[in-house]
Amino acid sequence: MSDVADRVKKIVVEHLGVEEDKVTETASFIDDLGADSLDTVELVMAFEEEFGIEIPDDAAETIQTFGDAVKFISEAS
Amino acid sequence: MRRVVVTGLGLVTPLACGVEESWTRILDGQSGAGPITRFDPSRVTTKYACEVKYGDGSDGTFNPDDWMEPKERRKVDDFILYGLAAAEQAVKDAGWTPEDEESRLRTGVMIGSGIGGLNSIAETTLLMHEKGPRRVSPFFIPGALINLISGQVGIRYGFKGPNHAVVTACSTGAHAIGDAARLIKYGDADVMVAGGAEAAICEIGIAGFNACKALSTKREDDPKAASRPYDADRDGFVMGEGAGIVVLEEYEHAKARGANIYAEVLGYGLSGDAYHITAPSEDGEGGERSMRAALKDAGLEPKDIDYINAHGTSTMADVIELGAVERMMGDAAGKVTMSSTKSMTGHLLGAAGAIEAIFSILAVRDQVAPPTINLDNPAVESPVDLAPNKKVEREINVALSNSFGFGGTNASVLVGKVR
Repeated sequence: MSDVADRVKKIVVEHLGVEEDKVTETASFIDDLGADSLDTVELVMAFEEEFGIEIPDDAAETIQTFGDAVKFISEAS
Repeated sequence: MRRVVVTGLGLVTPLACGVEESWTRILDGQSGAGPITRFDPSRVTTKYACEVKYGDGSDGTFNPDDWMEPKERRKVDDFILYGLAAAEQAVKDAGWTPEDEESRLRTGVMIGSGIGGLNSIAETTLLMHEKGPRRVSPFFIPGALINLISGQVGIRYGFKGPNHAVVTACSTGAHAIGDAARLIKYGDADVMVAGGAEAAICEIGIAGFNACKALSTKREDDPKAASRPYDADRDGFVMGEGAGIVVLEEYEHAKARGANIYAEVLGYGLSGDAYHITAPSEDGEGGERSMRAALKDAGLEPKDIDYINAHGTSTMADVIELGAVERMMGDAAGKVTMSSTKSMTGHLLGAAGAIEAIFSILAVRDQVAPPTINLDNPAVESPVDLAPNKKVEREINVALSNSFGFGGTNASVLVGKVR
């Protein structure tokens, strides 16, 4: 797993209080990992902070799964 | 008229987490004061307070993990954490966790706070200043809003009745209990979870009350002696934090389910001073009207009061309240016992009225008036027994709890044995 994926996973585990093995490529933050809409906003903010990038609101809406997040961040950073 | 009784209690105080744990220490005359540890107090004038004692949950310590999951706790200010902890105790104590929709629709929540998420607001402001508005958490607003204890309690237990919150500075807890009792009397609910919570021991909180010249400043060498209501050497209040929550219930509803009944809410009075933003009216007539209104509501006379849990903050205003009590009690002033438990807990602001209503309820249950500690050299002579430094075992059928707040807002709650 890439360095980006590791760092994203750490943030997801920390913020959503889920087991690490639940955070799979296709795991949806809302449907599988128990996040609500406010949690996802906070997650995106944490990604921005960690990777020093800006994720515009319309792009943030497309980040639904762990895989989406890793892909977006890998391309942006 | 529907009657209202108390069937559940919950406390998080600077003395202990838990009702019996706090009450035992109150009767023992212990102080919850100590040096401030919540933040670095080097820049503020007052360096001591009555903090909630964190620990593993044993021996009356407060373990946040016992009350809220770490991932949820991160999203709320401490006043919500304290409120949820006290509410959990009260709901469990009352044995009221209904699964049926009708019961849930008939159960409401009215928990307030004097200031709410003051520390969250201060910290988020600093964060925004440093990193810009895009770094403000989506949980900042719902984690700081005063009515979010009521909201969270409603969500946690599925209580779908009236969901309300009181904000009347240091009268908040008393107003919440009184107003919630009225909602039951009026038929809006059969059960109400009511009280107050506060967590304002932060740099801006201490700085703000220091600026108002309201806090004690002279006892850094001996914080436990700093809160000394009615004593000639008092020099201001000591800030406390925590929460007090009660479960109020319509009398027949409580009887029908065989609930343990602590006491009845006999009366509730409110008034305004229309005088000054921080000082009480000089003769205490606003407080007196509040007390008299509670008596009128209960259909009782001043001579019926056995115990008064005073507002008594350890400020100049103590003797104003005492004067009002003497005037109201008249010839019966010599038979009442009045104490200030703030001598031990400090001043919990929006939670004060709630924890003190609970101490009044326990005074009725156990037939004992808690002491006013540090009362070594009374500022004035009074026919009223102020229970200096020792609890007073005596007959207590009716107890009155007074709370007076900034803005000239007064509330008095009368509790007593079920008649």
